[in-house]
Amino acid sequence: MNIHEYQAKQIFANYGVPTPKGIMAESVDDAVKAAQELGGPIWVVKAQIHAGGRGLGGGVKLAKSIDEVRTLADEILGMTLVTHQTGPEGKLVQKLYIEDGADIKDEFYLGIVLDRAKEMPVIMASTEGGMEIEKVAEETPEKIVKVAIDPTIGFQGFHGRELVFGLGITDKEEQKKFIKFASNLFKIYMDKDVELIEINPLIRTGSGDFLALDGKMGFDDSALGRHPDIEAMRDISEEDADEREAGQYGLSYVSLDGEIGCMVNGAGLAMGTMDTINYVGGTPANFLDVGGKATAETVAKGFEIILKNPKVKAIFVNIFGGIVRCDRIANGILEATKMVDVKVPVVVRLDGTNAPEAAEILQNANIENVIAATDLLDGANKAVEAAKGAK
Amino acid sequence: MSILVNKDTKVIVQGFTGKEGTFHAEQCIAYGTNIVGGVTPNKGGQEHLGKPVFNTVKDAVNTTGATVSMIFVPPAFVGDAVMEAADAGIELAVIITEGAPVKDMMYAKMYATKKGMKTIGPNCPGIITAEECKIGIMPGNIFKKGNVGLISKSGTLTYEGANQVCNEGFGITTAVGIGGDPIIGLSYKQLLPMFEADPQTEAIVMIGEIGGDLEIQAAKFIKENITKPVVAFIAGQTAPKGKRMGHAGAIVSGSAGTAKEKMEALEAAGVKVVVSPAEIGKAVKEVLSK
Repeated sequence: MNIHEYQAKQIFANYGVPTPKGIMAESVDDAVKAAQELGGPIWVVKAQIHAGGRGLGGGVKLAKSIDEVRTLADEILGMTLVTHQTGPEGKLVQKLYIEDGADIKDEFYLGIVLDRAKEMPVIMASTEGGMEIEKVAEETPEKIVKVAIDPTIGFQGFHGRELVFGLGITDKEEQKKFIKFASNLFKIYMDKDVELIEINPLIRTGSGDFLALDGKMGFDDSALGRHPDIEAMRDISEEDADEREAGQYGLSYVSLDGEIGCMVNGAGLAMGTMDTINYVGGTPANFLDVGGKATAETVAKGFEIILKNPKVKAIFVNIFGGIVRCDRIANGILEATKMVDVKVPVVVRLDGTNAPEAAEILQNANIENVIAATDLLDGANKAVEAAKGAK
Repeated sequence: MSILVNKDTKVIVQGFTGKEGTFHAEQCIAYGTNIVGGVTPNKGGQEHLGKPVFNTVKDAVNTTGATVSMIFVPPAFVGDAVMEAADAGIELAVIITEGAPVKDMMYAKMYATKKGMKTIGPNCPGIITAEECKIGIMPGNIFKKGNVGLISKSGTLTYEGANQVCNEGFGITTAVGIGGDPIIGLSYKQLLPMFEADPQTEAIVMIGEIGGDLEIQAAKFIKENITKPVVAFIAGQTAPKGKRMGHAGAIVSGSAGTAKEKMEALEAAGVKVVVSPAEIGKAVKEVLSK
């Protein structure tokens, strides 16, 4: 789960990670009030959406008067912001963060993620603040300082020294401030089951203070149960409505650009099915993992969600029956076609336990738009054929 | 022969009396797995599925001599359960539970490593030595005894792959579902040499996914250490960047961990890489008839 910048900065403040003063606003009037409260003389008006690249997209602007705050708030609130992370459809801006302008001397990058190879968190820092870290990693990897931290000993002094010397911070007072900043941030990472923290840029001010000018945080969904305070920060308007609805039924759904809807059990087989459709010359319309059960209800819900996408010309149901037998799944699929009005052809491939019985059930049902397939390749071919026929 | 487990392996079940634990333990017993008991706190002294229940893993190990534990406890308690198993001297913990917090697994794996306990999973179908010992949730009937070892991040692709291998007239020695979470136990790099050393195994199927770099490490390892033919499939060639595909680990950010990168690395290591999982069976036939 991701949160907004203003929410991340609330968490930072609770842990003593310094940020500029700011206030969240949901209307132009509130934005003006916030600016008056902050006092100025310079304010930054920032769009709050769950995507990076807001500045380049026109969602972060500097104001030098209250009037300017009003004009900018009016302009940014309600705009559809397109950045390299939102996709071409963009995201509607519903919240603003009004923040004190800061005296920027230079910009750093600071992030914490899990290093999968070392199986422990790693702090990444760079003097190339403001740039995309992926680009820095590609073009000038020597400018990224990486410090892995064994959580059983936690953040120690030497970790801090590796960071400041790596970044070339030489002033002793500044070193102390930066080390405290990083150590507090690491505490947040561990305490809150964070998946990713990114501060880009982290700035050094003219007076030698370090401030988090931005804040991006994502959390481990599996651990949200023990963090009700974080769960309360969920902004459902930022999440894909279909993906969310699917999640409520235990389905995992991601929409894609193609024409063939997919319904599969298991994430790996679901991706493998998409790959196979592509391999035989078709285009997958979605990723959909129905999980281990594949009952009539979940299959019906799956059909409903897939068919919301008007581009879908055929559906490929690919289930490998394990503990749940194929004959039961076949009956579930037939029942689901009665619950949902499926107008496009449905290719069904059931394999595994009791597959022959399942094939017989599908054949005997004699439903016009249900086509039985014998294996994965046959199913993908038939789905691609069916999609062509439906055009 | 096989790797890690066989018909003599003594297995206990943590989370034995719960719904999932009960259902799958019953299936494992029916398959022939030597399940010698289970652990559920406060149910010690009872009998379940005809096997003794213990309050602690230590009690279970001391009484039964079990060396392997199959873990079904709820996600919030998985870290604790794995550490308890390691502390009690279990040699291999097979963690089936889905949705364990990453931080918990990070600590649990560190402790397991310290205690010399191997782990498989979490969020995986388990391990099966065909027609001998099933420790997990896979449909046992599709795994016919044979000469192919299988390692897979994905559950249903394990079944798909094994089924195709068997349909081509071959069979499986041992199949291991390693799981697709950010932190997992045994991976390709540790399992490949076990299959290399197993005289019964003549070919290895390895099924990977986008995200992380385990397959890249495996490719390097294969190039230097594996002489048996390897067939590989990497799921997620058509997955968009930055989107999570069900498994917590199946996400591609930036350039690292794409299917293309992994497929190229494996090909360069002499692995027979297939573009669709539908080709796994045929590819195995091809490498074995060479």
